[in-house]
Amino acid sequence: MPIHDQSYRRYRGGKATPGHAWLVIASAGIRTMLRKRAFLGVLLFAWGPFIVRAVQIYVTTNYRQVAAAFGVNAQTFRDFLAQQDFFVFIVTIYVGAGLIANDRRANALQIYLSKPLMRTEYIVGKAAVLFSFLLLVTWVPAMLLLFLQVVLQGSFEFVKTNLFLFPAITVASFLQALLATFTMLALSSLSKSSRYVGILYAGIIFFTAAVYGALYAITGDSSLSWLSVGQSQTQVIDVIFRLTPRYATPWQVSLIVVLGLIALSFSVLERRVRGVEVVT
Amino acid sequence: MTTNTDVIATREPQAAGPDARPEVVQLDDVTVIYGSNRALKGVSARFASGAVGLLGPNGAGKSTMLKALLGFIKPSEGRMSVLGLDVAQRPMEIRARLGYMPESDAHIPGMNAVTFVAYCGQLAGLPAVDAMQRAHEVLYYVGLGEARYRNVETYSTGMKQRIKLAQALVHDPDLLFLDEPTNGMDPKGRDEMLELIRDLGHNKNVNLILSSHLLPDVEFTCDHVVVMDKGQVAAQGPIAELKGPAGRVFELRVKGDLRGFLEVLRQSGMDCHSTDEDVMRVFVPAGLADSYGRAGDQQAIFVQAAKFGVQVRHLRPSVPTLEDVFAKAVGEK
Repeated sequence: MPIHDQSYRRYRGGKATPGHAWLVIASAGIRTMLRKRAFLGVLLFAWGPFIVRAVQIYVTTNYRQVAAAFGVNAQTFRDFLAQQDFFVFIVTIYVGAGLIANDRRANALQIYLSKPLMRTEYIVGKAAVLFSFLLLVTWVPAMLLLFLQVVLQGSFEFVKTNLFLFPAITVASFLQALLATFTMLALSSLSKSSRYVGILYAGIIFFTAAVYGALYAITGDSSLSWLSVGQSQTQVIDVIFRLTPRYATPWQVSLIVVLGLIALSFSVLERRVRGVEVVT
Repeated sequence: MTTNTDVIATREPQAAGPDARPEVVQLDDVTVIYGSNRALKGVSARFASGAVGLLGPNGAGKSTMLKALLGFIKPSEGRMSVLGLDVAQRPMEIRARLGYMPESDAHIPGMNAVTFVAYCGQLAGLPAVDAMQRAHEVLYYVGLGEARYRNVETYSTGMKQRIKLAQALVHDPDLLFLDEPTNGMDPKGRDEMLELIRDLGHNKNVNLILSSHLLPDVEFTCDHVVVMDKGQVAAQGPIAELKGPAGRVFELRVKGDLRGFLEVLRQSGMDCHSTDEDVMRVFVPAGLADSYGRAGDQQAIFVQAAKFGVQVRHLRPSVPTLEDVFAKAVGEK
């Protein structure tokens, strides 16, 4: 008589109700990325500006003579998020390019969608992977800087006078992360090659910026900044931080461009993320 | 603490006999259109519980039917139900109780086998610990126990087929869809895969639908069959029934009046037709053969030949196969 039957046996344990699969996808994706040493290096590098800003806050709160030249204000946090744009770009390509493209290459979509999860859950799970890492290099360090300012200053005076910074940092970081996440996911769903997707994303960012730059050089008018994805985002974030927008384009137009791009990405994902690819 | 016996137990055998099997899948007048191509044309079919073969040549609409049942493709017309649940209304509940082994290579990139299968279990709603335990068990069951820590991308074609079966089984589905499960496998691997499928369908009482264009695969593993051709159901029912009544088929060649002898055989209750210039296929029903005693089926032919005065030059027994059913169903000679 065998001591352990290795034959097929029935499962009698509990099962989660449908609706939680996105969490499984997200946590698996995050774990996979965190196992890559190169990616951990990128994350560490992305926290470099945080260290610089933390030193700045330390110095300005401890040495009043320096505070006059390097004082911390709302602009400091806006500038910090602008500096993080580069790392947002790097992390987006590193993490996002293969999120759906690799699944398409391995025909994994039919495995996913044969399980009790909706296409929306799959997309949300994949988006959560990139979104989490993007917040880790934008919202988390920015909020930590704000916290550091309070702790090192020893009072809530700065926070009281700049109370809008909490929602501003949150909204700006989330907008930045949302735009990058869904644009990249949409591109990732278009191809089976993550390299091609990475190049395509970089191309869109640089090409639109180059088109605007060329037109600005010719006309000297910045009202065409809406042509560039990056400039549109910058314009909206300036407004969120209550700063004077740097381009002549109405900020509402820039916001429409940003939201339109996110909506377009949703539309692409809706068409591309399917259990079966029908070629007619 | 949850023990092994708390979580899993041997599947109990079904009480119903093979003839009283309830239907697990039902299609009513289902039409699927890809652009201008009608992949399924008003298909109505019933899949009994147990092992059912979905047989047909490439392009017959087998995979399309499975994908429509999974909810991947929305039919333009018709109604489908799986395990008594409407596909259009309750796809999530259906998928929670379904296991699907796709035709093409499919895996989650960057994972080893046990992580992949456990991940699929979690996607199907199993808690992480249970999913990992089940993953180990089903990988042993499909014969990948020793290779379960290898990255799936390094697997051979046969191993990839096995792991697709493992991911379909991990959450203990009530119904399995197996789409061409022996594709690309070497003869030994193919036999092992067919043994596994047969074991699931006959000993573990897992309901399964095996889609294949390979007649021997279906015949070996299934009791029922639905034959598809050009997007339509050509035949369906128990394989034994479709093969026709009990009896034996002979290839027969005679010297003499062939047409007259055919008529004599028909009058004596045998079913026969000529297949070539001088070769005929003769079906001797079991009841008729019994009246001629031992080896009565051959005896019956010889007796009629002697009576009619023709000389039997060649007599070779052949058993009706699913191939005959298929050929008859799709209208081939």
